[in-house]
Amino acid sequence: MTAPTTERVAGVIGESTVRPDGVAKLSGNFAYGSDLWIDGMLWGATLRSPYAHARLEKLDITPAVTMSGVRAVLTQDDVPGRARFGQVEQDQPVLCDGVARYWGEPVAVVAADDEETARAAVAAIIVEWEPLEPVTDPDAARAAGEEYRAMVIRRGDESAAGSVVIEAEYETAIQDQAPLGPEAGLAVPDGEGGLDLHVTSQWVHIDHTQIVACLGLEPDAVRCHPVGIGGAFGAREDISVHIHVAMLALRTGRPVRIVYDRTESFAGHVKRHPARMRYRHEADDDGRLVKVIVDMVMDGGAYAHTSHAVLANAAFFTVGPYNCDNVAVDASVVRTNNPPAGAMRGFGAVQVCFAYESQMDRLAEALGLHPLEIRRRNALLPGDPMATSGQVVEGSLPTIGVIDLLESMPLPDDVIPDDPSLLPGGTGLTTPRGSVVRGVGYALGLKNLAFSEGFDDYSEVRLVLTSAGLEIHTAAIEVGQGLVTICLQIARSILGIENIAWVPADTSTIGSAGSTSASRQTQMTGGAVHEAAVKLRDHIAERFGDDAALEEITVDGPIEQWVRYRHPPTEEPDELGQGNPHAGFVVASHRAVVDVDPELGLVRIVRVDTVQDVGKALNPQAIVGQLEGGIAQGAGFAIMEELILEDGVILNPNFTDYLIPTILDAPDVESRLIEEPAHWGPFGAKGIGESPTISSTPAIVAAIRAATGRPLNRVPVRPQDIVGV
Amino acid sequence: MHFVAARDLATALDARAEHPDAELLAGGTDLMVEVNLSHHRPTGVIGVRACDELMEWRDGRIGAAVTWARLEDGSARALAQLARTIGSPQIRAAGTMGGNVATASPAGDGLPWIAAMDGSVEVASRERGTRLIPWNEFFVGVKQTSLAGDEVITAVVTPDDAPHVQEFAKVGVRNAMVIATVSCVVAKGADGFRIALGAVAPTPIRATRAEEMLNAEASISDLVLEEVARLVSAEVRPITDHRSTESYRRHASGVLARRLVERCRAA
Amino acid sequence: MIVDFHLNGEERTATVVGWESLLTVLRDNLALAGSKNACEQGECGSCSVILDGDNVCSCLIMIGDCEGSTITTVEGVGAGDLLDPVQQAILDEGGVQCGFCTPGFVVTAAHLFANDPQPDEATIREAFSGNICRCTGYGALLRAFAGLAEDES
Repeated sequence: MTAPTTERVAGVIGESTVRPDGVAKLSGNFAYGSDLWIDGMLWGATLRSPYAHARLEKLDITPAVTMSGVRAVLTQDDVPGRARFGQVEQDQPVLCDGVARYWGEPVAVVAADDEETARAAVAAIIVEWEPLEPVTDPDAARAAGEEYRAMVIRRGDESAAGSVVIEAEYETAIQDQAPLGPEAGLAVPDGEGGLDLHVTSQWVHIDHTQIVACLGLEPDAVRCHPVGIGGAFGAREDISVHIHVAMLALRTGRPVRIVYDRTESFAGHVKRHPARMRYRHEADDDGRLVKVIVDMVMDGGAYAHTSHAVLANAAFFTVGPYNCDNVAVDASVVRTNNPPAGAMRGFGAVQVCFAYESQMDRLAEALGLHPLEIRRRNALLPGDPMATSGQVVEGSLPTIGVIDLLESMPLPDDVIPDDPSLLPGGTGLTTPRGSVVRGVGYALGLKNLAFSEGFDDYSEVRLVLTSAGLEIHTAAIEVGQGLVTICLQIARSILGIENIAWVPADTSTIGSAGSTSASRQTQMTGGAVHEAAVKLRDHIAERFGDDAALEEITVDGPIEQWVRYRHPPTEEPDELGQGNPHAGFVVASHRAVVDVDPELGLVRIVRVDTVQDVGKALNPQAIVGQLEGGIAQGAGFAIMEELILEDGVILNPNFTDYLIPTILDAPDVESRLIEEPAHWGPFGAKGIGESPTISSTPAIVAAIRAATGRPLNRVPVRPQDIVGV
Repeated sequence: MHFVAARDLATALDARAEHPDAELLAGGTDLMVEVNLSHHRPTGVIGVRACDELMEWRDGRIGAAVTWARLEDGSARALAQLARTIGSPQIRAAGTMGGNVATASPAGDGLPWIAAMDGSVEVASRERGTRLIPWNEFFVGVKQTSLAGDEVITAVVTPDDAPHVQEFAKVGVRNAMVIATVSCVVAKGADGFRIALGAVAPTPIRATRAEEMLNAEASISDLVLEEVARLVSAEVRPITDHRSTESYRRHASGVLARRLVERCRAA
Repeated sequence: MIVDFHLNGEERTATVVGWESLLTVLRDNLALAGSKNACEQGECGSCSVILDGDNVCSCLIMIGDCEGSTITTVEGVGAGDLLDPVQQAILDEGGVQCGFCTPGFVVTAAHLFANDPQPDEATIREAFSGNICRCTGYGALLRAFAGLAEDES
């Protein structure tokens, strides 16, 4: 090829290559799902339930149907195929089936000539409800047997006892992903009974499976296309507008667009599972864990979505990155009339990390050990069995490394600033310098990589070599994390070609890339690109030698290489949770420094330091971007982010009252990366997308505890929790 | 929809008299939220963003269309402090004192300052001319004012002897774009201390019992400060809602009042 | 009603009812989808535009009130692929991830640096306190703007 070595090509792995879609995004020219436009398209709108639990007594769509400019009004009776959808369990009706089971559940959809008419038509629909008592207490739901899944993990000797016992109950509230880009979809009928769907998604193939079933169509009739997304963090893993907009397009024979506004977005996507966790840690005099007992309930809300997998993730990580030979976990995820829960960055590992790290701090205090020392003594390392599943850790896991390096990072100067905007309360001027107490807290977090429990997890990629350069065809979704960038870097490193294009492929032209979630895409789609590039390089070298030019290689047309990449297989565990359910692990450490005004309960997070296990830093700048962004989300969950429910109704479905950190709230971050190669994936790289949201929250809460002495068993921590009123 | 861009007050008053259904629009930071999220559809709008008389600002008189961005640079210390905390730079460039007063949200950031200054709201109508309404007669309930349907808010007026020593503080869970959990303005004039609070009652309030106690004391010891906190906590009437609890708001009111009295004392 | 204004250096006209937000008119009437609709209540800054010299949320500006105004949107900062220094700085520092907040940051940055070429760190933070980013944690953006301020000195 024209550049047989990588030395002369810029943008290879290890560099902080700028992203290829950056210019379009900076100039306002990048097409997000909510920007898609076809002249003559219809606008869709959705009627939703105002109750968390109610019987639909009357639904009269006549006033909407007869409104000028309205082209279709559809209800559950209009669903052509399977009545229900869901990733694992198909339990959610496409539209209300006579009983609304959560606040905001879709009831009917309208397509009209313009947005105003669509909205007015929805408002004109006559709907009468008989409110029913909502189930809102997860413990009560569990007692009533309303479980999506229950898991039992038993390992070791239940009668083992330690000399130090720490028992406590922890609670994590509902966090919302709150991506800035709203849910949006454009459905374009093809005139032959099928359609093309352009919908904000994290996994077009799983959407496709559910959509064709509900539309009663052959798979070929529907093509799901990746579109530009304004963030995801798990909110886009499940169906939102997809089936609705498709039905409207098929009924009207015209393109239809649905875009949710912010309030509707809060109602229209799954949230992080709130959890109640009862923990008992027993340790010996040296602080070594002897036994961990956990009983936990997660609230899955009205429909299953990915609750089965979230529970497993939580249950297997209840102990964290620590050794323990005796573990008992009883965990349930239950059905209530609260908003449906599903995937959010961390996927169950976040909730338990808050609990187990709080426990480790309490053990350390009881034994007079430094928080990092107790973690060092128990650190889970390669070759050790996972405390919960017994799976022997394969590949790299620098648990001691992330502890030691974190400890070596200098703390910020122990000086309370003069500038009030840098004190708790900020420009609210609440807090004199003399009222500020500083605290430091630590936490470690463990996460699995990719999917688990025997799921057939793979990613398909097709490379196409032309005289102009290389094309990477994939259905993998870029949500902002930089997958597009590192895939180009990987391909460049193998093939030495500078000019590479990322070509989004739809469900009809390529197989699944799997979800953009589970910290998996760098290793899976990156792994697929890597494998395909190696095959392509070897094939070309064989046919043309090492120095052939692109023109010569492609003289008879483009050369393609398709790959379906899988990670090492995982297994379903046995009935006691024992086995090898995971494909790999990633560990990280966080240290938080906070300034607190204990009298008012106000917190300023001064800095969060982190050490991240990365395997191989394919793009250091992009990694740091993920770490800093994840820490900001962890900071939000620590002190300000919470969806407040009353009888299952969300009281704060807007950005006025669901508070996410501004630039004046987000902490400064110092990051260090540890490169110990993973045992699979491109160049030994590991997925790091979730680690920063997992242990940042517990580190911040630990720091607030250190500053105030308050127990703080709940996140988010509210001012009244710190004050104690 | 009928839109009148009123460049002078006479135009605004005429429009208000002739179109009783028309709504006043300054920065849009309240009205447009209703348009966008509540799908409110005005049939008539009178735009006063660039109305000459309403944009005037001098000592003792803030025109209704003066933006928070301008007020950040004013000489009234607590007003400048609170202006800086309103929303965001984008909100401050558009939002106005007059809009804050007209909306009369219990948590309106500007309102406790008006109360602390013993200020009045000046309103005008074509038929009845101008009148001055003391703050405690203007703000009558949650988002309720005594503004008549044909009146326009023209200014917030403060007495010539309004205290120069004044301090502000506001509790919010986030450091920008946050609705006050509790806000407080304390001022110290020739007649003594004034303690005003927001977000702890349907309207802004003055903690008169705390003021009375404080102004009867010859010197302000730590014990007196503690008593200020206790009296303010007892005097406020906060609620529990999705933003905070009654007990926290009560507690924070006392703390803020005490701290601000201390700041004024030191000034 | 008909509203005439100066938009990104050109004379433009919109035929509207009148209560629509400037953001809606930009996106739906004038095919300028760069300004974003993340919240439409002034709480995120993704719709930021320069209006008569002020940085404002276009979702809170009523179009009827824009007669004769001068407006700059993200599309008017830089020239397509030719990036303005604020855009280049954000790109180089890795300040773009999903990019949905990016237009708002670009406009706010253009406004800030036009009025204050050497802002200190506190000024920078406060200037962007109305622009929410959910992806980056703001670190790369702060580095970009601090670098620009230094370049000017």
